[in-house]
Amino acid sequence: MGQMKRYAPLAILGLLAILPLVGLSTYALHILIMVIMWSVIGMAWNLLGGYCGQVSFGHAAFFGVGAYTAGIVYSKGGASAWWGMPLSIVFVSAFAMVIGFICLRLRGPFFALATLAIGVILRVTAENLTGLTDGDLGIMIRERTWVEKTWYFYVILILAAITFYLVKKVIESRLGYYFVAVREDQDAAESLGINTTLYKTIALCLSAVFTGLAGAFYTNYMGYIDPKVVFALHDISIVTIMIVMIGGVATFWGPVIGSVIMVLLAEVIRSIPKLGAAHHTFFGILLIVIIIFLPNGIMGDMPKLRRILRMGKSS
Amino acid sequence: MKPLLSVRHVSMFFGGLAALHDVSFSVNKGEILGLIGPNGAGKTTLFNVVNGFYRPSRGDVFFKDQRISHLKPNKICSLGVARTFQVVKPLQRMTVLDNVIASAFLRSRTKAEAVRTATEVLGFTGLLADRDVISKGLPLGKRKRLEIARALATSPELILLDESFAGLNPSELNESIQIIKDIRDRGITIMIIEHHMKVIMAISDRIVVLNYGERIAEGSPAEIRANPLVITAYLGVADNA
Repeated sequence: MGQMKRYAPLAILGLLAILPLVGLSTYALHILIMVIMWSVIGMAWNLLGGYCGQVSFGHAAFFGVGAYTAGIVYSKGGASAWWGMPLSIVFVSAFAMVIGFICLRLRGPFFALATLAIGVILRVTAENLTGLTDGDLGIMIRERTWVEKTWYFYVILILAAITFYLVKKVIESRLGYYFVAVREDQDAAESLGINTTLYKTIALCLSAVFTGLAGAFYTNYMGYIDPKVVFALHDISIVTIMIVMIGGVATFWGPVIGSVIMVLLAEVIRSIPKLGAAHHTFFGILLIVIIIFLPNGIMGDMPKLRRILRMGKSS
Repeated sequence: MKPLLSVRHVSMFFGGLAALHDVSFSVNKGEILGLIGPNGAGKTTLFNVVNGFYRPSRGDVFFKDQRISHLKPNKICSLGVARTFQVVKPLQRMTVLDNVIASAFLRSRTKAEAVRTATEVLGFTGLLADRDVISKGLPLGKRKRLEIARALATSPELILLDESFAGLNPSELNESIQIIKDIRDRGITIMIIEHHMKVIMAISDRIVVLNYGERIAEGSPAEIRANPLVITAYLGVADNA
């Protein structure tokens, strides 16, 4: 069992890597790419919100900055938008440090509210900074790197694998212990010699960088970004939180499971005639159900879920 | 002898309330200093000043001749001052062992080293059997000991114990007294707040008494027991009318 658990990530990675070879439809591949991209964002959020306990309602800010780094490199710099991925690491971490300096002195709900505001501020800024971002027109990547989706799939799969591995390494190290200590009690952590401000900033930067990388990938993959999409409160920030909540906060697989559920659910609901436009309503209802019945998410409440399933079988 | 910690003319005001007023005393290396006083006398406030949670309104705190009263708690802890909390603050959703590992990291370069220190400290405080228990589920007596274990794992020179005996049953009490003595025997200086008079009189080398934020007495347990000011503070003035 322990062996199985240890090799599960590699097995899943291997399985996913051969999936495009069996000839998936373009649509199926697109869904898969979205699931993996959201897993990256979810894992990134989980590092800050789940392990370090700093709940962010503004991860769209980091996603958007990453996306716009790629977009602007292309539109203003005339270089390939793929340069946005390495460059976003620099820009997003610098941006996160500024945000951290302002917001991390706030605790609990005040931090959450501040990040919420940051996300909105960034959207409005991107809409109005037309010289740089072309405002509401958005940025269009005219030359697509690949017509087929297969290579995009491999790019995001590699990013997800790196994210998963790094999150695991970080959480099992000194950093991870400090993050959780900060989450559980900031005063106690501080009195145990943990520089809480420093470690919260590190958690924020790491989380922001991976979210930004997903954003830069998004620009390359979708070929078009505009402020309303990449800085969206409900479609990015809130969905990120839901993914982690549903999958399981502070678990390694939670964000992955959450992404699978959320992306598939969004597709299914959107395809229902007339009701499709109300998919946010369904997300809301789902979130309420999860909070009441599985407050620790699917991974966090696994024992409870197993018990319920077994009860169903025996009766 | 040079004091390890010296509190010099410290005052702490919260609005118009003087929680501490011109308090001075020092802690010598290797001793157990008891800090007593009625409820609201400013004992925990004093700990919060020494530990860096509060910056004193006036006065300074020196640790090994270095002024620490402007430093943040994590810096003060890394200089060698650890503390426990009266209202225990375990890292709730972590196991007992992980709690102690988190603080052992302060002086450990690798995780293996932190685990070793943590395990050793848990053995010392008699919590080794509970290492895998999630600390939220620990009974109060053990949570109080976990506080001590966590503080010890930071390898302090001075440890501030805030009512580590409150709410313990007699057998737990004896265990804890033994632990305090063992800590001193390791060469760690102890400053302890305690309401349990029998305990404080038995283990302290010296005692400082606070009342209404002022230091009203200082001396050996015998001297304190005989001090009329202390008796008045605790029992009130005899009413002869």
